[in-house]
Amino acid sequence: MTSTIEPTEPIEPLSVEQLSETTLLRFATAGSVDDGKSTLVGRLLHDSKSVLTDQLEAVEHASRNRGQDTPDLALLTDGLRAEREQGITIDVAYRYFATAKRRFILADTPGHVQYTRNMVTGASTAELTIILVDARNGVVEQTRRHAAIAALLRVPHIVLAVNKMDLVGYEAKEFDRIVEDFAGHAAELDLPGFTPIPVSALTGDNVVERSARTDWYEGPALLAHLESVPVGGDPTGAPARFPVQYVIRHGEARHYAGQLASGSLRVGDRVTVHPSGGTSAIEGIDVLGEEVREAYAPQSLTLRLADHLDVSRGDMITSGPDAPALTRDVRAAVCHLADRPLRVGDRVLVRHTTRTVKAIVRELTAGEAGLTANDLGRITLRTAEPLPLDDYADCRRTGAFILIDPADGATLTAGMVDLGGADAATV
Amino acid sequence: MSTTTTVPATTTVPAAAEAVRPYALSHLDALESEAVHIFREVAGEFERPVVLFSGGKDSIVMLHLALKAFAPAAVPFSLLHVDTGHNFPEVLDYRDRTVKKHGLRLHVASVQEYIDRGVLKERSDGTRNPLQTLPLTEKIQAERFDAVFGGGRRDEEKARAKERVFSLRDEFSQWDPRRQRPELWNLYNGRHAPGEHVRVFPLSNWTELDVWQYIAREGIDLPEIYFAHERDVFQRAGMWLTAGDWGGPKDGETVERRLVRYRTVGDMSCTGAVDSDATTLEAVITEIAASRLTERGATRADDKMSEAAMEDRKREGYF
Repeated sequence: MTSTIEPTEPIEPLSVEQLSETTLLRFATAGSVDDGKSTLVGRLLHDSKSVLTDQLEAVEHASRNRGQDTPDLALLTDGLRAEREQGITIDVAYRYFATAKRRFILADTPGHVQYTRNMVTGASTAELTIILVDARNGVVEQTRRHAAIAALLRVPHIVLAVNKMDLVGYEAKEFDRIVEDFAGHAAELDLPGFTPIPVSALTGDNVVERSARTDWYEGPALLAHLESVPVGGDPTGAPARFPVQYVIRHGEARHYAGQLASGSLRVGDRVTVHPSGGTSAIEGIDVLGEEVREAYAPQSLTLRLADHLDVSRGDMITSGPDAPALTRDVRAAVCHLADRPLRVGDRVLVRHTTRTVKAIVRELTAGEAGLTANDLGRITLRTAEPLPLDDYADCRRTGAFILIDPADGATLTAGMVDLGGADAATV
Repeated sequence: MSTTTTVPATTTVPAAAEAVRPYALSHLDALESEAVHIFREVAGEFERPVVLFSGGKDSIVMLHLALKAFAPAAVPFSLLHVDTGHNFPEVLDYRDRTVKKHGLRLHVASVQEYIDRGVLKERSDGTRNPLQTLPLTEKIQAERFDAVFGGGRRDEEKARAKERVFSLRDEFSQWDPRRQRPELWNLYNGRHAPGEHVRVFPLSNWTELDVWQYIAREGIDLPEIYFAHERDVFQRAGMWLTAGDWGGPKDGETVERRLVRYRTVGDMSCTGAVDSDATTLEAVITEIAASRLTERGATRADDKMSEAAMEDRKREGYF
């Protein structure tokens, strides 16, 4: 990090009308050590006018204490004592910034220590991931691993930011070579597509403003792309999934409270309650005090059903022809998060939507040692009760689960359901 | 992409502009939906949750969200106020009005009582902010609260940027940033042993501006000290502090009457007022958007003590 920075002019406040049109994008960054990720994040925050005077003074002060002449923008996010002492990022840091068009939540994940665990965490809620490569080095092993994690977590939008273009003379052929190389890996990984952007985080080329030095590049600058990429998807085409969080009793009425995980629901829709299989119709929908005819993901709402059914926390209300698979045999891709290993025969808790059930690890793609921290693999679980599952590829919210250690409550493993996937034992 | 080579088949063409998306939530709706989800998760998973309520804007927004999350029924939580004994009277009035209006139960942990009993000692700088941790922790233990909602936001302070939404605390309320549970998707892990509790932060992803814009959109009533008014203040450590019995002004400090407002509300001894003529929500929002300082940088003496002041207090069990 060598750029000199100055505090930025603040953004103009938005009117109420503008606010209602401002959407939220959650995105994550991934890069190898020295790819310039901190510089890029610092540049985005700075050039979008999100660094204020006292934050900058704190960074300058801390940089001087560490013997650096120029402010280290990584210190904007590395706030913990251990991070500053060791000069490393130890955890996912969340940063917030806004433009007139959009609000952004950036999950900034470290490139070295525990990077798989942290990148999986950041990618789990991200709608876009920026994969950073150094234009001089092109696609390296870490890049392929980042792309594999983005594919595994089904992050809807991928940006390949080819950084340090200033060090390769802003040459189109250097950029094209890297894009072509990455495209080969993307096809193997079944990535839905990606948007390549040539940038220099240090000089700011194509970060906020399109650069004249890459006149051969016809796409948008990075920030313009972040501002315009579609968020939320189209819920009308997706199956409706409503995990019940809580039952609000008011007089005789029962209001089933939850956040719509996928799709949309209308008053009058026929619905099924899982795992009981009971059916009814939607009598009313309230979205936080407002009675509506239709609601869509990810709104928090309450439902009233026409029939009196036994519905409680952990049940899932669905509608439409594509019912979830009700099963006790869970096949999934996993990322192991905890320092203690996960082995065949381990007894765990599965947390899926709002339901927690006991399970045993039946099969694992790992030897005697089991899965260790930051390992990716496949797993087969046998659960004590059936779970209504979707493939993670079809629905991130109802295809995701975590494994919990019943002894101390530690979060062990992140899982992505793959119902038709290969048997863990045979991979 | 380049025009000089063939574009790889898998590459997407960047959208020129976002298509009309009638189903995309506005950012305030998205944040509101997320916070309500968090409240309901806690209601579903815990036995004795409590909401930390100071009468500050963040705790007021928390309560508003809780009311919406459980309507038409009542909020299934009680409130807890850590009373430093140096509160703004306007804020205490607001607290009591709110409790009465919504028929809520209020617990109070009193710093003054701990000082009177000789358990805590007044600091030489008169600041009582760090003294809140013990009364808070003991109240949590005595009442066996298992989930404690706080209004902390990740944008406030860099130690908070790494805080989880569900943050496990031991029986001493201690926070260990290196031993936090990974938090994925919206699957919050609230498992805890007897004596432990979970701090829950529904406003984790909100910024100061989001809070104010939400207050404006929802028409939420606030204590009047958030708006510009004339007040007797004196300067200490570059901040305007309210003159009063709590310990100011001291030698060499002079009182003057100024037009100010509070950007944050905490203990009187360490919360500074800012010069302001913003008397309406719109004016406040305009002022914040134009500010060159973060709210803590502008108004909190306690965070100026050291680079890791907040981290250290959080480790000890602070909010």
